[in-house]
Amino acid sequence: MRDVAIVAFAQTEHTASDSGQSEPELILPVIEEVKERTGLRRFGFTCSGSCDYLAGAPFSFVSALDALGAWPPISESHVEMDGAWALYEAWVRLQHGDVDTALVYGFGKSSLGDLRSIMTLQLDPYYLAPLGLDQVSFAALQAAAVRADRAELDAIVRRSRAAGRDNPYALDLPDELTDAVAPSRASDVAPSRASDVVPSRASDVVPSRASDVVPSRASDVVPSRASDVVPSRVSDIEPLRASDVAPITDGAAAVVLAAGDAVAELCARPAYIRGIAHRIEPHYLGMRDLARSASAADAARAAGVGKGPVEVAELHTQFAHEEIILRRALELPADTVVNPSGGPLAANPVMAAGLIRIGAAAARIHDGTASRTVGHAAGGPCLQHNLVTVLEG
Amino acid sequence: MGNRCAVIGVGQTRYTTKRRDVSIAGLVREAALRALEDAGLTFKDIDAVVVGKAPDLFEGVMMPEAYLADALGAAGKPMMRVHTAGSVGGSTALVGASLVQGGVHDRVLVVAFEKQSESNATWALSTHLPFNASLVVGAGGYFAPHIREYMRRTGAPDHIGTLVAVKDRLNALKNPYAHLRIPGIDRAMVESTPMLWEPIRYLETCPSSDGACAMVLASESAVTGTPAWVHGTAMRSEPIFRAGRDTVNPQGGKDCAADVYRQAGVTDPRRQIDVAEVYVPFSWYEPMWLENLGFAAEGEGWKLTESGATALDGDIPWNASGGVLSSNPIGASGLIRFAEAALQVRDMAGEHQVDGARLALGHAYGGGAQFFAMWIVGRERP
Amino acid sequence: METSEPLVARHVLEFPGGYTRTTGPVIGRFLTELRAGRIVGVRTAEGRVLVPPLEYDPATGDPVTDEYVEVGPAGTVTASAWVQEPRPEHPLDRPFAWALIRLDGADTTLVHAVDAGDPKALRPGARVWPVWRERREGGITDIACFRPEVTMIVSPVRPEYRIQAGGALRTFLEGVRRGVFLGGRCATCAKVYVPFRASCPECGTRIAEQVELPDTGTITTFAINNLPDPRAPEVPFVSAYILLDGADIPMIALVGGVPAHEVRQGMRVRAEWVPESERTLSMANVRWFTPTGEEDAELS
Repeated sequence: MRDVAIVAFAQTEHTASDSGQSEPELILPVIEEVKERTGLRRFGFTCSGSCDYLAGAPFSFVSALDALGAWPPISESHVEMDGAWALYEAWVRLQHGDVDTALVYGFGKSSLGDLRSIMTLQLDPYYLAPLGLDQVSFAALQAAAVRADRAELDAIVRRSRAAGRDNPYALDLPDELTDAVAPSRASDVAPSRASDVVPSRASDVVPSRASDVVPSRASDVVPSRASDVVPSRVSDIEPLRASDVAPITDGAAAVVLAAGDAVAELCARPAYIRGIAHRIEPHYLGMRDLARSASAADAARAAGVGKGPVEVAELHTQFAHEEIILRRALELPADTVVNPSGGPLAANPVMAAGLIRIGAAAARIHDGTASRTVGHAAGGPCLQHNLVTVLEG
Repeated sequence: MGNRCAVIGVGQTRYTTKRRDVSIAGLVREAALRALEDAGLTFKDIDAVVVGKAPDLFEGVMMPEAYLADALGAAGKPMMRVHTAGSVGGSTALVGASLVQGGVHDRVLVVAFEKQSESNATWALSTHLPFNASLVVGAGGYFAPHIREYMRRTGAPDHIGTLVAVKDRLNALKNPYAHLRIPGIDRAMVESTPMLWEPIRYLETCPSSDGACAMVLASESAVTGTPAWVHGTAMRSEPIFRAGRDTVNPQGGKDCAADVYRQAGVTDPRRQIDVAEVYVPFSWYEPMWLENLGFAAEGEGWKLTESGATALDGDIPWNASGGVLSSNPIGASGLIRFAEAALQVRDMAGEHQVDGARLALGHAYGGGAQFFAMWIVGRERP
Repeated sequence: METSEPLVARHVLEFPGGYTRTTGPVIGRFLTELRAGRIVGVRTAEGRVLVPPLEYDPATGDPVTDEYVEVGPAGTVTASAWVQEPRPEHPLDRPFAWALIRLDGADTTLVHAVDAGDPKALRPGARVWPVWRERREGGITDIACFRPEVTMIVSPVRPEYRIQAGGALRTFLEGVRRGVFLGGRCATCAKVYVPFRASCPECGTRIAEQVELPDTGTITTFAINNLPDPRAPEVPFVSAYILLDGADIPMIALVGGVPAHEVRQGMRVRAEWVPESERTLSMANVRWFTPTGEEDAELS
């Protein structure tokens, strides 16, 4: 395959509440930043990822074109998927050999609606969606299947939040877990202990119905600067706790890919894509082993994760237990540092968060702090779809 | 353009107002299994699946490719979901072709669908966010002013749109999959229907259809059966709110056509292309796109239509299948254009076959006539 | 005086409490099974399955065997009659069909009501399923009716959002509240965009300079809409592209105060604002654009 490298990456300072910016306004600064970094005004190919249901309107990506300065008309495509798959499409396009640069971006504002119930709309419309199975509920089914240790989950969350506090683009979330979330209504939240969270089988777990759940509302959120923000409250669904759930986040990210001679011209320390692959698995939750991610394992093998050491892995973990599943699936060595950016548990702009994982993994190569890293993105309920990239300096 | 790529299988469902007898998975499987059968393959032979459809609001299922993954035999494989507004069907074919041209896969299944009867297209296309006051009602409300401007600029007589509405429906009578099959269709019938969005009459608009279309694309070494070779692929997008944008003859369409013609070695589309499947959801878009795509000089497209050149027995048949005016499962409509172009050069279009078709254009557009996807397929290997 | 008034009285022949019929073993078995939510037939000596079961083979009069066979629950309609106006004693109070239903596994058909909604939905060959009464007593009406197979479900989808107008849109709407159209001039290509926007769609440059535009302009093109819309006062209504004087891109707006078919490309128009006291942060402040009476502008 033709060598393709990530030569620039930019992301917004993500917010936990709606800043009132339109999507083109959200995208504009990251597009400006990658254009400035590379000095490019035009790209051989452009691809983006976003989701109409997040925006609450069809064709949400159409107006995003206005942020690009897409004139004369550009060669462009869009996936209704995380921006990581837009990057994949652009990588494929660069394999043709006739163009050498590509602009990729992803964006989303999950503050606009109730993300948990919006994600219900992605489920099988006959057997699952009519149950009102929300995102936290199906994630909780998977957490139960993994039988994760509470202390391990809490440690993942604490580590992610601490890393996020050091990351200027991520949210500032407190070190304390459940108690710090929505203190005014802490009594509503049944604190779970490790001892009562290990059901023997997924079928023992009764997911709470959507109607039992208090959806997080934008109005519950204290707006303004990221550092001031209290995450929107999520009630527990055993065995998940509110703190295991990635925060509601608005944001965008952009990446520039290059191939051929353009790589060296555009970046001093390019992050070469040595492997990239993605796999999907059956949808219905009862028809796969939720404790494992076969598709992530397949994608990791196809991308060649195990062919060398992995210094850093940026994983698209929207729930703490997903880190446990993915670590196993990707067969990451014990010394691999996972989500030094804080990961989605510290900032989760849906539809951009997967692209940000790849961008963050590339950034470690750009700044010289790592020479071989992995970026991962996921889609679908309970890690149904997984994409893995291996980057090298 | 990368490695060679060919269409080796095409599958379509019959297009109709409501497919009451199938689930969404059943609908897409019907098209996919027919495409596989055409190629003499099974799901096992497929390396990756690409799904396209228009907004998820039509079915109320967000990113339905997740639910459809195993229905399309994609378990354990890569799957992509494309959404580029009305051009999505065309873009889906191009994303699939790109996987082959890029040398990533040998056999890719592309599927596009819409089950519009689960809701209502005008509703889905007219959901306006607060603060964004818009008076556009459905696609017709958006495109009517641009058609009016075309008529003013070119002085085209009023009946040109009627001619296209009749011609495409006559072609549909020869296509067993077509949705609108109106025996005895003629100008008087079209002209007797009411103006919906003046100057667009009822029978000058496309229907709302349920349906799916699928293709199997293959690399040169993986070809089975009768191939339609891809000679060129191109997409272009332009911003909708650019000052001075020509909405009648958009630059994006001209640039996209120039790109795909260059790849296919086409310098005179009218003469070199044998048949074109072009996205014409409102009858007046035939003369408009004849000019945009270089089949006629600016201002002359309507004369070509009027001369009968674009009829099935004309020298450059447009939409021999009946086109979007006869069948419109929105997300699939672009892919149907691409697939019908392939059927023509494979000599497999049945009653609406254009004799001796060797080179065919597939075209789709979307958004405010700002997204374009095109390919040229041929009988010979490029 | 004798009257011709008819001499009429009401007569009810009702056994108080209802007849108490003994069922015998075969019918009893069937109704007992029904109460338990199952449908059974009985096998004849020749091997045919009768549903509903009889104690004898209707063809020969021979006794049936004592073998009960669970059938259905679904069946196929072999014939039906459509009841447009149900009678009070009918099992359904809305139009429905009587039908002969061959339950799966049966060799005979059962008579029952089918709640089909539409006579066209019940052609021979249609598949139907029982709808069970919530409280069953052991009677044929324990099956409330049959209904066609489920071929469609209604999926309400109603995500809610909180949309905030910030950035450039808010700036523009604040202008509209003051009765002013705010545009922005791109410093690179000098084009004036209205509504005011953050960046230039052509070159991507951030737009800093605000421009106040007059509320007059020219209709470049338009549609006459004959489909009603809640945002328009009546049908037909005209939605037009209006190029405000000094702007480089038209806005789409309603045209009023003139019959639809008198609207022309090139017509000069002016915004009609709602009274100042009614203005909000929205485009509703502009009722529509109405002709100024000036001479038409030349279109390029």
